[in-house]
Order: sequence, then structure tokens, then C-alpha cells
Amino acid sequence: MIKGNSFMTKRNVWGIIAIGLVMFMTLLGYFYTPYDPSQTAVLSRLQPPSLQHPFGTDHFGRDIFSRVLVGGRVSLFCGLASVSMGAAVGVFLGLWSGFQGGFWDEVSMRLSDGLQALPAILLALLLATVWQPGVAVILWSVAIGNVPIFLRLTRTQTLKIKAQPYLEASRALGASDFRMMFCHTLPNLKDALLVQFSLSLAGAILVEASLSYLGVGIQPPQPSWGRMLRDAQSFASLAPWAVLIPGFFIALTIIGFNLLGDSWIHRRYR
Amino acid sequence: MSRYFWQKTVSFMLTALLVSAITFLIVQILPGDPALLLLGTEGSPQAYEQLRNELQLHRPALVRYFSWFSGFFQGKWGSSLRYSLPVTQLVAEAIPLSVGIALCAVVLALTLAIPAGIFVASNPQSRVAQVLAAGSQIGMAIPQFWLGLLLIQVFAVRFTLLPAGGSDDLVGLILPVFTLALPRAAVLTRFVNVGLSEALEEDYIRTAKGKGLPWRTVLYKHALRNGILGVFTVAGLQFAQLLAGTIVVEQVFALPGVGQLLLAGVLQRDLPLVQTLVMLIVFLILIFNLLFDLCLGFLDPRLRYD
Repeated sequence: MIKGNSFMTKRNVWGIIAIGLVMFMTLLGYFYTPYDPSQTAVLSRLQPPSLQHPFGTDHFGRDIFSRVLVGGRVSLFCGLASVSMGAAVGVFLGLWSGFQGGFWDEVSMRLSDGLQALPAILLALLLATVWQPGVAVILWSVAIGNVPIFLRLTRTQTLKIKAQPYLEASRALGASDFRMMFCHTLPNLKDALLVQFSLSLAGAILVEASLSYLGVGIQPPQPSWGRMLRDAQSFASLAPWAVLIPGFFIALTIIGFNLLGDSWIHRRYR
Repeated sequence: MSRYFWQKTVSFMLTALLVSAITFLIVQILPGDPALLLLGTEGSPQAYEQLRNELQLHRPALVRYFSWFSGFFQGKWGSSLRYSLPVTQLVAEAIPLSVGIALCAVVLALTLAIPAGIFVASNPQSRVAQVLAAGSQIGMAIPQFWLGLLLIQVFAVRFTLLPAGGSDDLVGLILPVFTLALPRAAVLTRFVNVGLSEALEEDYIRTAKGKGLPWRTVLYKHALRNGILGVFTVAGLQFAQLLAGTIVVEQVFALPGVGQLLLAGVLQRDLPLVQTLVMLIVFLILIFNLLFDLCLGFLDPRLRYD
């Protein structure tokens, strides 16, 4: 068991570099963009990457570098917010059904079976039909989609921990269910939950990008990487860079979160 | 066998019932009057009344759910609000294409992933295996629509080898099938690798090697049979991802399948069409999961006697 040093494993370093780059660019976008991301310039449209426009320009002459800097913030925000919501509900239900067992355990397991059979993207399409397409659709569908994942994970781990002698001891000392759930079980779930949180973030960003690409996610004028790909598709043979670059950043973010999650798994089972 | 069979079948039916309830009721539970939301701001009071009648909003939600649910299984799928055509007809035109490319993609993903996974597990130190493992990591992360656009760029625009879409002939379906299959193959490669690597560390492998069996027999007969079982479970789940992926891939390659129909339904706010299509896709996913589970029970006797 090497705990302290193993944080900087090879995978982890790559994951941290990828996420660090994306975070840095997104934060930079709040303070500085070389051009106004929604400023159109008809004369300089579909220009290949150059010194003035490092990533080129799109079909309205907007600077793609500036749009990339700004386009990540909704993805990251949506990912963080929706996975946090889903995780909070899922962890709570998982702890509860792991501890209570019996009828309510059965009910929550069946419910999570049902939710798991409904991919987040389908749920989002269903919601987008009734509401306007937009951020709310992504938030809700990804959050709901993550509930069963966290529920199952927490429940399985809770059942394992429940059988440990230290929980028996705390029950013997008169601890309430609530105390045993939150003070003794939850801290022991930290590693497993962190791994899943990171992997779920990658999934959430993929769903957001797919929905924005399909036109039912983030709506213009708000720039988003998925939407930029959608708009660039019709000009793909004239301006391949407009397709390559936003997709690269989506992939980079997803790889980064996947690697981070993976490296935590390796750290745990080392 | 029969007990396992019944367990799986009953749990399949329960899940189908639950998902259908979620699909139908989520729209009713969420705040707002569906008819008002569907019409948007331009609706006239007459149109509102008409839509309320069409959606039968004067009846309680549960009653509507049960009539919709029983209708779904009798093939009474109602008619689309915008196309004024029966949903059955729209679906019948779109479904062969979608299910066709999905099935081709499953087969392709498995044929790519199983040899790749075996190779990586049996020669973990070789250069090729490391490239394959890294490729599988990247393949899992690449968004499907980006992969599709990249494939179009390379094979249709740069080298003009393959058409960039269209469903008129089978050649046009090569790129979509690859786009669907590659990310799934990446995930499956990893599972084959993990399953096989774990099996190779078992005691019975050492015994088999110790009694002088050729490596080939040890690998394929002893390790693979045990190591690959987990892959079938995952393959069922991957099929769900794959069907959801067809929505995106059909958009990339402009294929007139179920995904395009669904997307048109969403953008035109055609609730009956969308609900039926979502239910249909989920139902297909569940049926495939059931089939995979039953195959697994057939392949792995341990499951049957649990």
C-alpha cells in the first residue's frame, strides 16, 4: 500500500494535464478572449489557422479560438452541476436502501433498473419535446441518468461496510442509523465515489456535446463545443479546422476525466 | 434452466413496465400543462382545446397511461401530431435502416474487439498491444459524431473512397457502421482484455500449463471460455449505447432512420411520436439485454444453479 506517492502515476499525470489545460482555457475565457466570440466579420470568414486567428474562423468570420475559450464553460458547468445532483440523490438513496434493506430496498432497486434502461440522451429528447431545448433539459436528464449509477455503487459498498466489525461496535455503542450512515459508512465510500464522479463527468460532457450537436442542447448565441461542430458540419470540406478543433477539445475533456477516474481505481487496488 | 429463464423474463417485464411508466408519466409530473407547453406562445385557444382533446388531457394521467401502454403492445401507436400519418407507418419506413446498421455494428464491434482483446491479454508487453490498449482508451473518449465527421473528412473528402452518407446503396452504410462500431469495440476490447487477463492468473491455467498442454489450447480452451463470459453481459449494455448512438450517427450521415424521425419529432414538439419512439427504442434495448442474459445462462452453467 503506497498511498502518498502513487498520486502521480503516469495516467494521472496525463489526466491532470488534459483537465488542467481545459480548465485553464475556460478560466482564461472569463478574463480574456482575443476577439469578441460572437463578433461576425463577413470578410474574414472560413479562414484557415493563422497568426491572427490561431484556430481559424468559422462561416460567420467569428474567431474559433475565442469561441473555444468561451464554449467550454457551459459544458463543464452542466457536467458538474448535473453529476453533483445525481450523485447526491443516488448516494443518499443507496445508503438508505443498503441500511434499511427489505421492501424499500427492493423498490429502489427496481426503480433504478427502470431508469438505467433509459439512456440519458433519450430522456433528454423526451424532456426537450415538452420544454424548450436548453440547459435545463441537459441538467435534468444527466442528473436523473446518474442516480441509478450512484445508487447501485453506494448500495453495494454499503452492504460490504455494514458487515464490518466497526459498524457492529458503533451500533453496540448506541449510534443511530443516521450516524452510522453518514459518519461511518460515507467516509469509507469516498474513493469509490470519486472514481465514479470523474467517470460520470466524462459521460455528462459527452451527453451535453451530443445534445448540443443534435440541436436540442445549448442554444445559440451561447457558444458550446457541440453546437460549433453542428454549425461547422455543412462547411466541413471547405473548413476542416472548424470541425477538428471543437471536437478535439470535447475529446480531450472526456479523456482527461476518464484517465483521472481510472488512476484512482489503480490507486485503490494497488 | 427454467428457473433462471423465468427470473430473467419476469424481471424484463417488470423493467419494461417501469420504463414505460417513466416515459409516459415524466411529462405529466413535471410542472406545466403539456398542451400549453407543446403549443408554445403562438397557440390559439381553439388549437389548445383541440390538442387537449387529442392528448386526452381531461382524463386522469394514470388512465391515459394504461390505455397508452396497452395500445403500445397492440400496435395502436396513434398518429403523429405533425405528419398526420399513423406512427406505425412512419416507424415501419424508418426502422429497417436503424436496426440494420445497429446489428451490423454489434457484429463488427465484436469481431474487432475479441481478437484485439485476446492479443493484448496474451502479449501485454508487446508494442502492438500497448498501441491497441491506448487506442481503446482514446476510442472510448472520442465523441461519436466527431469520429463520424473525421471519417467523412478522411475517406469521403480527402481520398474520395467512400460516399459520405445516403442510404441508397450499401456502400453508403460502411462509414456509419464503422462510426457506430469503433467506440463500442474500444470498450469491449478492454473488457475482453480484463476478463482474459484475470482468467490467465487462475490456478487451473497454471495446472494446464504444468501438465504440458500447448499454449494455444490453454489460451483458447481454458482461459478464453471463462474470461469472455463477462463480455457478453457488457455487450448487452453496449447495445443500449449503440442504439442511442444511432440517433447521433444518423444525423451525421443524414440517414432517414428512427433517430432522424425522433429528432424531427422533438424539434416539432410531436409528443405522441416521441413517446412511442423512445418506448420502442427502450423496448428493443431491453429485449436484447434479455437475449444476452439468456445466452449467458446457456453458456455459463453456474448461473443456472445459483
